[in-house]
Amino acid sequence: MMSMFAVEVPYWGQSLLRVLGGIVAVLLPAGTIVYVFLFKMMSFMQSRLGPMEAGPYGSLQLVAEVGKWLQKEDIIPERADARIFKMAPIVVLVSTFLLVAVVPFGPDAWFTNFEVGIFYALAVSSLSVLGILMAGWASANKYSLLGGLRAAGQLIAYELPMVLAVIGVVIQAGTMNLQQIVVAQNSGSIFGFDGLGNPYIFTQFVGFVVFMIAIQAELTQAPFDMPIAESELVSGYMTEYSGFRFLIFFIGEFATAGVFSLLTSVLFLGGWGVPFAWFGWTDVDSVANWMNVVGPVIMITKMMLIAFIIMWVRFSSPRFREDQLQRFAWKVLIPVSLGNIALTSIFKVVM
Amino acid sequence: MFAAELLVAQNIGFAVIALMMIVAALRVVTTSNVVHAALWLVVVLGGAAAQYILLAAEFVAVTQVLVYIGAVMVLFLFGTMLTRARIGAERDLNNAYWRLGIPVAGALFAAMAIALVSSFGDEQLPAEPEVTSVQQISDQIFGPYLLPFWALSFVLLAAIIGAIVLARKD
Repeated sequence: MMSMFAVEVPYWGQSLLRVLGGIVAVLLPAGTIVYVFLFKMMSFMQSRLGPMEAGPYGSLQLVAEVGKWLQKEDIIPERADARIFKMAPIVVLVSTFLLVAVVPFGPDAWFTNFEVGIFYALAVSSLSVLGILMAGWASANKYSLLGGLRAAGQLIAYELPMVLAVIGVVIQAGTMNLQQIVVAQNSGSIFGFDGLGNPYIFTQFVGFVVFMIAIQAELTQAPFDMPIAESELVSGYMTEYSGFRFLIFFIGEFATAGVFSLLTSVLFLGGWGVPFAWFGWTDVDSVANWMNVVGPVIMITKMMLIAFIIMWVRFSSPRFREDQLQRFAWKVLIPVSLGNIALTSIFKVVM
Repeated sequence: MFAAELLVAQNIGFAVIALMMIVAALRVVTTSNVVHAALWLVVVLGGAAAQYILLAAEFVAVTQVLVYIGAVMVLFLFGTMLTRARIGAERDLNNAYWRLGIPVAGALFAAMAIALVSSFGDEQLPAEPEVTSVQQISDQIFGPYLLPFWALSFVLLAAIIGAIVLARKD
């Protein structure tokens, strides 16, 4: 990341910059998704205007909401396990911050270039289940506990198809490093035509669909919002949370949606890159330096596209029943993604 | 040994994480709440993952997080919360034969310590630890260690079939 500056930045300075960049990369998508999709798009889909008063076109509504949550009373139920109750939202948010650390935003604009990047991302994304279970249990509330258990069952069931869908991409790219997955897509070609690169959404379309369904479930967005089903469980594992602690859960939910959208665009849509053939680049070292500025813009655009699909499905579909949800994961998604892996490996060997 | 060869940062990191793991491991067996014990176990397993990272074994560390924290501990918590998830201290958590566990644990520790010291006693970690790539690991697994890998797969398959047989009512 540092080569775009003329001066040499010391190691602690680089680390500080990366931490700041990580905070921006988590909070900015979260805020954008909440305002653009949750406030405005949902309102338009329901034939209303949404927030209009705070700031021009209601654009400061987010500040008002955060201010509202910050000044609310911090309530912890008397019978709750206070220490674990307080820890739970932080575990969820930390898993999001750990997740963004491997997402590459440009040829040199990455936080860490982890060799087993995508494997790491799948591993730390499963940490949020722990936080949800802790929240559900420590609230001393039957609704919360039920919500936590539903969340755990759902997240375990849908993590499998997610991992299996990613394996197809890993086989095709021949690497687990996210940066090299981006390079492999943009320097590839489709039947000798390299004007588009080879974004894996074409060759791994089955994997893409399975992955999108799985992240919808991982994010507990409708139609997979059984864990926080408000008409049955008040609001599931978050029932007892108020004020700042609820805000952390809320940020965690939408920040994770943003980070998963970034991961999807890296895995299936070519990430930060443009097809390398356009400018005659051959590998990541020959990519021009200005891609460090254009790359993040491309990434954010693709993230908004994926987040739009996630929110569109969320606002327009009814909730799955618990048994339908489990059956769908185990009897449809997992066999389909296993078949995808088999087909991909056959093509990889034959071609 | 020369002072310059000492990896100061690594050693401090190891000490801090090891201390944390020991404290957490003791809390696993002394705490009076089942869920707390499981959560302390998460700390121990996370510490083990951190130690693997210090040893430049990224893949093993990530696998540790994915398998133990992401799957095994979640299932543990799921099971305890579904069946007996009381908040607050509980009595009678200790097995009646807990004293028997101490010599067994001591003997196990001695056996592992002897095995480690006798096979790696004089070796030192390289000053610049080389990150083992995933390709190297897979070349090893699907090359010289193919047979143990198959054997493990069969054991896992048997366990899965056993679980299905136990869970099915008809």
